[in-house]
Amino acid sequence: MSEGTEQEVIKQQNNSKVIKKLVLVVFAMFGFGFALVPLYDVFCDITGLNGKTNSSGVAYAADGIDTSRTIKVQFITRMAKGIPWQFEPVTNEISVHPGEMKFVNFYAKNKSHRDIIGQAVPSVSPGIAAGYFQKIECFCFTQQPLKAGEEVEMGLQFYVDLDLPSEITTLTLSYTLYDISGKVDS
Amino acid sequence: MTTETINESLDDVHNDDHHDHKMTGIKRWLYTTNHKDIGTLYLWFSFIMLLTGGALAMVIRAELFQPGLQIVEPDFFNQLTTVHGLIMVFGAIMPAFTGFANWMIPMMIGAPDMALPRMNNWSFWILPFAFAILLGSFFMESGAPNFGWTFYAPLSTTYSNGSTAFFVFAVHIMGISSIMGAINIVVTIMNLRAPGMTYMKMPLFVWTFFITGYLLIAVMPVLAGVVTMLLTDTYFGTSFFDAAGGGDPVMFQHIFWFFGHPEVYIMILPAFGIVSTIIPAFSRKKLFGYSSMVYATSSIALLSFIVWAHHMFTTGMPLFGELFFMYCTMLIAVPTGVKVFNWVATMWRGSLTFETPMLFSIAFVILFTIGGFSGLMLALTPVDFQYHDTYFVVAHFHYVLVTGSLFSIYAGAYFWLPKWTGHMYNESLAKWHFWCSLISVNLLFFPMHFLGLAGMPRRIPDYALQFADFNKWVSIGGFAFGLSQLIFLAVVIKCIKGGDKAPAKPWDGAEGLEWTVASPAPYHTFSTPPKVD
Amino acid sequence: MSRGNQGWLMGGWLFFTGLLSSSAWADTQLNLTKGVTAVSREVYDLHMLALYICTAIGVVVFGAMFWSMAFHRKSKGAKAADFHESTKVEILWTAIPIVILIAMAVPATSTLIDMENNDNSEVTIQITGSQWKWHYKYFDQGIEYYSVLSTPREEYENQNGSFSGNGNAKNENYLLEVDKPLVIPANKKVRFLITSDDVIHSWWVPAFAVKQDANPGFINEAWTNVDEPGVYRGQCAELCGKDHGFMPIVVEVKSSDDYDAWLNEQHAMTAKAADAEKESLSASMNKDELMQLGETTYMAYCAACHQPTGLGLPPAFPALKGSPVATTGSVAEHIDIVFNGRAGTGMQGYGKQLSLKEIAAVVTYERNAWGNDTGDLVQSSDVKAAGGE
Repeated sequence: MSEGTEQEVIKQQNNSKVIKKLVLVVFAMFGFGFALVPLYDVFCDITGLNGKTNSSGVAYAADGIDTSRTIKVQFITRMAKGIPWQFEPVTNEISVHPGEMKFVNFYAKNKSHRDIIGQAVPSVSPGIAAGYFQKIECFCFTQQPLKAGEEVEMGLQFYVDLDLPSEITTLTLSYTLYDISGKVDS
Repeated sequence: MTTETINESLDDVHNDDHHDHKMTGIKRWLYTTNHKDIGTLYLWFSFIMLLTGGALAMVIRAELFQPGLQIVEPDFFNQLTTVHGLIMVFGAIMPAFTGFANWMIPMMIGAPDMALPRMNNWSFWILPFAFAILLGSFFMESGAPNFGWTFYAPLSTTYSNGSTAFFVFAVHIMGISSIMGAINIVVTIMNLRAPGMTYMKMPLFVWTFFITGYLLIAVMPVLAGVVTMLLTDTYFGTSFFDAAGGGDPVMFQHIFWFFGHPEVYIMILPAFGIVSTIIPAFSRKKLFGYSSMVYATSSIALLSFIVWAHHMFTTGMPLFGELFFMYCTMLIAVPTGVKVFNWVATMWRGSLTFETPMLFSIAFVILFTIGGFSGLMLALTPVDFQYHDTYFVVAHFHYVLVTGSLFSIYAGAYFWLPKWTGHMYNESLAKWHFWCSLISVNLLFFPMHFLGLAGMPRRIPDYALQFADFNKWVSIGGFAFGLSQLIFLAVVIKCIKGGDKAPAKPWDGAEGLEWTVASPAPYHTFSTPPKVD
Repeated sequence: MSRGNQGWLMGGWLFFTGLLSSSAWADTQLNLTKGVTAVSREVYDLHMLALYICTAIGVVVFGAMFWSMAFHRKSKGAKAADFHESTKVEILWTAIPIVILIAMAVPATSTLIDMENNDNSEVTIQITGSQWKWHYKYFDQGIEYYSVLSTPREEYENQNGSFSGNGNAKNENYLLEVDKPLVIPANKKVRFLITSDDVIHSWWVPAFAVKQDANPGFINEAWTNVDEPGVYRGQCAELCGKDHGFMPIVVEVKSSDDYDAWLNEQHAMTAKAADAEKESLSASMNKDELMQLGETTYMAYCAACHQPTGLGLPPAFPALKGSPVATTGSVAEHIDIVFNGRAGTGMQGYGKQLSLKEIAAVVTYERNAWGNDTGDLVQSSDVKAAGGE
């Protein structure tokens, strides 16, 4: 009877409306999962939460040098599994004033018998300090190819922001060196 | 036309459009779109998975019975713990609740079936397929997944054993099943309630599943996303979680736990619904504070989205992150506490009897609360540094999942078995199941608190000598608990085969539309929606 | 209470008192350790506070339930009341828990602030987790070494042993002992910079209440200041593969003077080791010496993955028996893999962990054991040439 089928049709239309909305939510949340990747990077960039520093050079933008504060900056290096390089900081600790530009060197040598392309991945501790550690020039911005037996000194030019939180007096920059020869298209 | 005639003609419409001949044999079960049949399929499947996951746990406990590696190699031990977790979470607990949803929700809201009966069939039948893939991986050369059910990268990517692809495939299928089931539940509840049943007149059971449905729709796709990223990192050269390529392994944990935390609430909210149905029935008193129970459940669901990083306090989070997640996690104790108090207030000055559903429900309230206490302790970040990744955590989540979720499932099963089968189950055998389970489960999981406090980490196949005594008792409890579940199997089989005939409403204090139909419930119920006042 | 129930209660009571009074429990630790630092004691106090509060709440709530179960039973003639809501009561039992939570959050916050203050340390140590050992490097001291589980394999591999546990007698520090512990001074703030060179591990010493994940490619900080000299043991606290349970942490805390003396000793040892390496370049070992040293080195460092039988656990850990690398392939290539590792796999380089002599011996062993029988003999000078530099 017409009234009965009308009710059925209305029900089905109601169902379709809700189903469409829910399926949209499903796809939106799937996309959200992937969106979390760049969101995470943005969040970490702003807050320095995971200790990641800038991955391309920045211009010097400090308003002078704060000589009333001295920050200890330590450098450590670590080799990932399977990369037969010697990689160490030439100096492992320096004192800087916020706003002061500094230049330090790192020594690297490919001790094996094959050509290897390395990639240094920086990490700063405490994580909060990462956002205030500005790298103007860094060997970690690019890949580092070294032929077998070749050695090199690589530079890092940086400064520490004037508004580094006052409770931080020491920060540590760590480089982990990875062999990315296999990942690079020659 | 009179109301009667409209209803009759609706029935005609139904009967003309649907084949009302019940198929028999295998075909019935393969092609069924009937919510009761599908509910039964889910429930049996989940019980088989419980026994399978439990068997894996028995091997784990056998290895941990004494110090030394006696039975298995460490890598195989990691496979056991991983698959045990995956099976219990995705194969036992979640499908069991889906089985309850299928059986009970249409009847409780006066609907003839779920909104999407054919999708319902698919939702179930892809599950055995998914678990065949997962369990099949044990027979691969590299073995099953061995990186924990939480599959952190890069252990699960660069350093995995080759089972990752199967693992990802299985998880995708389980996820699709859950999402389809959740959509079905939400649409059913929104659109098929009998006239007069407003949202605030729905049984709390229906509310908890409604909210759980939304949680599933929101977070299962995120799991699908993270597991896809895992696949591409492992096989297609992406670097989501690989520092060498600019990725971050901690980001994996953020995305995973964004799914993972709501997931554990997905596994407990339905339990709250079941217990909120049973306690009033056997107290012969209405549930105390119905509306605050609804609000509390909703708050718990909302809060569950902003606490995920309490699983990650040791990853190197900055102070303000730790504080934020600590405070939010502690906050969840408030609505959860409200629910516990409301259950107690329901019992208070009631007229109590202690049939098996009530026994399991009371045990749920007490033991789940104990699990909640250890959860509160875990929320305190500074102390979490001592508890994290130790047996203290293992104790916590087994209390909330086993004496919590699983006990509520048993409670609900006993409560509704008469409705499902038409027979009363054997009450004294059921009480044996209860008491044996209660004692053995506490012997199994309570000492784990001490083990964790004494310093025993998780996921280790062998341990230092000071942990030996408790491990021995835990293993004994484990074997006893495992065996006790066979009593349940006996009760169910006996009940299906025969027993005292069950009336429409065997429990005098029970309320709800399901008790207005005969026991066993007719194959089609509420073809005509009832009037609800 | 009925006779039957009385019987059960009695039995249960006897069971539990029996359980708890056995003398085997004398050494069993039930509670969290108070630890040996100011922070660990704060953590313990917070733990006890939470425990007391939860117990109190439990007593009240469960007490009400048991009361109800005893006195509101239908069998006792109780008639159900009909109240089922009360806004006043709901507000009360929402507000009171909030107050209790704040009471816990305040001390938790202040303890956390203390713990996160890594500044002004006097000693800095870089800790690197690997599968399946720890590496310690003293910042600014030029001292570094690996710290590996030292419980012998036969003591824990009991698959062929008896189930009664007689097997191989386990020593007191079973699974919690290492060949070279971390050494730090007492009463000084020591800072740890923690990372990993493969998967995520976690460095945990309960006595210090320090636990931080070791994330590959990132560093985490933690600090401690230990009051009492002594030996403290911990374990890796993040699933990291098959030997996750076999990479313990041992920290020896020495008095300031003893620590300085130890540092000097280490410097001397490092120098001596460097000299020994130079000497071994001109030395030449015979096959027996190489095979003997090779076998012990292999069992200690390689067998965990490649198995004592050389059959490995493919595909993650390839077999060496009959493998082209150890038979038909070049010796130089074989040395390179052992010395430098293989990128993109779980095979790490042992050039820094083993001496030239040990590597020469282990490569010789791998090329001649299990029927590989290449007849190749590798000397330290070969290793230096093929490994690099």
